[in-house]
Amino acid sequence: MDFSLNESEHELVALCRDFAQKEIAPRAPLAWEEARCPTDLLREMGELGLLGMLIPEEWGGIGMSTIGFVAAMEQIGLADQSVAAAWQAHSTIGSLPLYLFGNDVQRERWLRPLAEGSVLGAFGLTEPDAGSDARGIRTRAASRDGGWLINGRKTFISNAGTDMSFGVTLLARIETAEGETPKFATLVVEKDTPGFTVGPKMLGIGWRGLDTRDLYLDDVWVPDDHLVGDPNLGLTQFLRTLEVGRISIAALSLSLTQAVLDMATAYALQRVQFGQPISKFQAVQFKLADIATELEAARWLTYRAAYLRDTGQPFHKEAAMAKLKASRVATWAASEAVQIHGGVGYMLETPVARFYCDSKVLEIGEGTNEIQHLVIARALGC
Amino acid sequence: MNVVVCVKQIPDPVAPGALDPGTNTLNRSGKLIMDDSDNYGVEMALQLAGGEGDEVTLVSMAPGGETSGLRTGLAMGAAKAILISDEALAGSDALGTAKVLAAAIARANPDLIVMATESTDGYTGTLPVQVAELMGLPSVTFAKAISIEGSTIKVERQTEAGFDEVVCPMPAVVTVTAGVVEPRYPSFKGIMAAKSKPVENLTVADLGLDASQVGSAGSGQEITDVSESEARGSGEIVVDEGDGAQRVVAFLEQLKVI
Ligand SMILES: Cc1cc2nc3c(=O)[nH]c(=O)nc-3n(C[C@H](O)[C@H](O)[C@H](O)COP(=O)(O)OP(=O)(O)OC[C@H]3O[C@@H](n4cnc5c(N)ncnc54)[C@H](O)[C@@H]3O)c2cc1C
Repeated sequence: MDFSLNESEHELVALCRDFAQKEIAPRAPLAWEEARCPTDLLREMGELGLLGMLIPEEWGGIGMSTIGFVAAMEQIGLADQSVAAAWQAHSTIGSLPLYLFGNDVQRERWLRPLAEGSVLGAFGLTEPDAGSDARGIRTRAASRDGGWLINGRKTFISNAGTDMSFGVTLLARIETAEGETPKFATLVVEKDTPGFTVGPKMLGIGWRGLDTRDLYLDDVWVPDDHLVGDPNLGLTQFLRTLEVGRISIAALSLSLTQAVLDMATAYALQRVQFGQPISKFQAVQFKLADIATELEAARWLTYRAAYLRDTGQPFHKEAAMAKLKASRVATWAASEAVQIHGGVGYMLETPVARFYCDSKVLEIGEGTNEIQHLVIARALGC
Repeated sequence: MNVVVCVKQIPDPVAPGALDPGTNTLNRSGKLIMDDSDNYGVEMALQLAGGEGDEVTLVSMAPGGETSGLRTGLAMGAAKAILISDEALAGSDALGTAKVLAAAIARANPDLIVMATESTDGYTGTLPVQVAELMGLPSVTFAKAISIEGSTIKVERQTEAGFDEVVCPMPAVVTVTAGVVEPRYPSFKGIMAAKSKPVENLTVADLGLDASQVGSAGSGQEITDVSESEARGSGEIVVDEGDGAQRVVAFLEQLKVI
């Protein structure tokens, strides 16, 4: 197993580090404070080729490996978690269904602009009554007049309501006869489609720069060519996309842990109490050592899951493990890092406080950690 | 249109620099990067030569066959580069460097030559006009904007009071002031493509120059001594006793800066 980066992965990391430090780090905190999605930064990332990470060059992307994507995330997320969250949602769940399951006409029409970075992609699965239980979605698509009539509501959908959003790729239940097993279709709904409306931007504990909204679908009609992949396999397609999303959330968690570790270490070295830097107290040292160790453990799990995907091996269980472990490490590390900062760490003008707020969602999004447990337990045969 | 940009590859200013104790010149043996002040020249050139058939060529003189800095300019969008690297060039002064660059630039047959007003490691600021003189070309310095009008260029030349408008026939040498354009970030595809863009490697002999004209042999200058600059004294500390603002204003007025 070799997780060392090749030349193009190295170049990508260098580019992301440079852009993250020079552009994202100084500009994103204000967007967080103003609870505004910084699409200016996302557009610039698009110009650099960074919005087409996992999409081959043939479709306007850069055809990066999953390992390269994880390594790039470590740089982007270090600067700002909301931008990184928007970027990763676009790069994985927002774009991959079209690449993996779309036909060439659909790829040309919707995937290319996503990969080239002129628009932002969104993935609509969750509903008010169906989160973990994806099979329970109520949004319906009925076959009508050479197309699909969609009715329902989606909730907590990221990247669908910005000035850069193209619309959403969503999952809907297809009409079936009584007693027949439910079927699901993946459909593209573009933003100006009549009957499609987005709610106001929601305000979370963290990820304030991420645009997350409710979507309303009232008699939305889309032609047949908006159906992506097999109309019977929509749910499987969505769940497969989420597997990559889990590696991505694991990577985002790594970046958060690294960020709070760096901040806590720097603070511990300069904060003096009882006549010496607090880094001299064993209680503080051990916290830092624990964070560093857990981070490294989570990192190896995440890179391994990425490696399995890159080498065409099953990575379902490993992606769930990586997400479970890395997000737990991140929320715990963020709390410890705030603790090391004391009162100043609790104040929102201190960057560590922002990362603390951003950490909790890592245990919820793209499958809660309880669901990751279920996935892993099932893989064990339970 | 064919634009040449001279690009200096310098030791990374972030890394601690060192002087060669023998020659008192900057140690350039480590990895070199593109001088930040050349970012603006490359960007300006790319903006001017953005049309069909237009081309930007980078020219650099650097030790050890160094191309890292050139790759940055190529990643931004330049088409190709000429690198002059030769042991005989060690210890070149500005005029020796100008001779080398002028000979290399001539090979690219450009319509316009863009250079930074000065490098951030040497700061002599004399190279561009020397190159122009050696090539028998007009030079316009401190450009903040350049536009092409047929076979002439119109340059807004920064002055203390504002700017002069200078019209000049092409080919010409123009120096670009740092900060006048927003240099682009190289895209990922640009970075990868830059790896296979052509870099022509030349020696002093290839340029038809004699080794005695360049390097320390041809140098008219010698650095005899280097001394520490005097440490700056601490500034005046104004303790605010309710009149802090007025006292700061009075201080600035006395300096005649406001
Ligand atoms: C900021 C943010 C952005 C999001 N972006 C998107 C997006 O772009 N697209 C999208 O489709 N969704 C998105 N989501 C939704 C997210 O995927 C869901 O919130 C998540 O899957 C959980 O669903 P839920 O909120 O309905 O919780 P529920 O499913 O109601 O879960 C509530 C609690 O019950 C637990 N639970 C549920 N079932 C079980 C079980 N079988 N065993 C044990 N415990 C269980 C859960 O783990 C959780 O602790 C986003 C969410 C957030 C917060």
